[in-house]
Amino acid sequence: MSEVKYSKEHEWIKLDGDVATIGITKHATEMLGDIVFAELPEKGSSVEKDGTAGVVESTKAASDVYTPVSGEVVDTNQAIVDDPSKINQDPEDSAWFFKLKIKDPSEMDTLMNKDDYDKFAKETSA
Amino acid sequence: METKKTSLYQLHQDCNAKFVEFAGYQMPIQYSEGIVEEHKFTRNHSGIFDVSHMGQLFIYGGEDLIKDLEKIFPLDLKNLKLNHSKYSFLMDKDAGIHDDLIITKTNEGFLIILNAACKDNDFKILKELLEDKYKMVLDENRSLIAIQGPKSSEILNDVINGVKDLNFMSGNWFTFENQKVYITRSGYTGEDGFEISIANDFVDQLTRELINKGSKLIGLGARDTLRLEAGLCLYGHDLDKDKTPVEANLKWAISKERISKGDFIGSDIIIKQLNDGVSKIRVGIKPEGRIIAREKTKIFNQSDDHIGEITSGTFGPSVNGPVAMGYVENEFSKKDTKVFLEVRGKKHPASICSLPFYKKSYVKGVN
Repeated sequence: MSEVKYSKEHEWIKLDGDVATIGITKHATEMLGDIVFAELPEKGSSVEKDGTAGVVESTKAASDVYTPVSGEVVDTNQAIVDDPSKINQDPEDSAWFFKLKIKDPSEMDTLMNKDDYDKFAKETSA
Repeated sequence: METKKTSLYQLHQDCNAKFVEFAGYQMPIQYSEGIVEEHKFTRNHSGIFDVSHMGQLFIYGGEDLIKDLEKIFPLDLKNLKLNHSKYSFLMDKDAGIHDDLIITKTNEGFLIILNAACKDNDFKILKELLEDKYKMVLDENRSLIAIQGPKSSEILNDVINGVKDLNFMSGNWFTFENQKVYITRSGYTGEDGFEISIANDFVDQLTRELINKGSKLIGLGARDTLRLEAGLCLYGHDLDKDKTPVEANLKWAISKERISKGDFIGSDIIIKQLNDGVSKIRVGIKPEGRIIAREKTKIFNQSDDHIGEITSGTFGPSVNGPVAMGYVENEFSKKDTKVFLEVRGKKHPASICSLPFYKKSYVKGVN
């Protein structure tokens, strides 16, 4: 299994073979506050890199969730739709959003590693 | 223009507040625990809200002032008891709402609590309407805090003895550290609670004492979810100059006695609307499922006609689901009417419901 990569839109992505698991970062959940609603892409649908692939809402506002790579949605995490507070509790593990069968592995190269993302998150929230 | 800070700014910082600019003030939107926890803590225990950005307008006068204010507000101020409060509105001649407010009769005249974003304009309007006959002070030297929730009476009474004997929508002068503080049993969360007007130099100390007794600071984020669950309007969203009190379903706040005379600003329109009905009216709206319909969401009927718009919508932590209010064409305003809300291009089912979403627990009579 490859290392976890991060996008500028605060998603994380973990590749296992040609299937990627995607969620939002802890930093994102801290900025959003209490998440009370989550909408995920439909299973079987295709999503394009940097396109909208879901929505999360806090008590304050709605935010789009983007996909950091292109692919076909092969699974979604119904548990976070049923109880969106799980996203605040465990964003970078059990509260993943969706899984993609990825189209182009080279898209992974455009993403940040953990150190770079942490730096990016710190700079952009300052 | 530089944003203003309230006298509790340091305390907010000490409590790790996240700030937002609101009506020209740096205000805490939430603290470290977050909106949902703050909301629940208020409903179950006691929360303190810094509402010092709101206007505290003291108008000094006697019988003449009462008569003049009755030309402005649809209230029976003559028969209002000393230290009793009423919810009301400042209207234009078409009954459009400039602001909603709480007015209290004091021994020296009236105290009017105004919305932060409206207070300067309200002051100008009132000064003109009252023809400069009375001393009017929009007091910047006093802070205003609200303490709300079931434990608030006990907590505040421990610090300022006697407040627990106040009835809902009434107030009095008390002392704290030899300072005169004016306390009313009121608030805007749907919970029992108090609003405390106190000199800026003493509000930090009072608030810290209340925190030591078990209350907690609560941000504007939870204030919004609490008031929406309680079915209470937010000016600039649920109320504005294009809406009248009758359309806002607030006719309970208009004195019957005064309607029969009809001699206040906007009374022609109010009386006409009370007799003939209105074309749009404010209602509660409960989305099915978890979808949140926010302000400006379009409302459709079952034949797909556009019949109205959401004016406030969020997730209600105590209801544990989405809640909203908005204006719909009158014929679709009946409870349980099925409607559709357009969110991100899709229409989601919802129904018209009665307000509040969360049952109020005001203390009506403690004596």
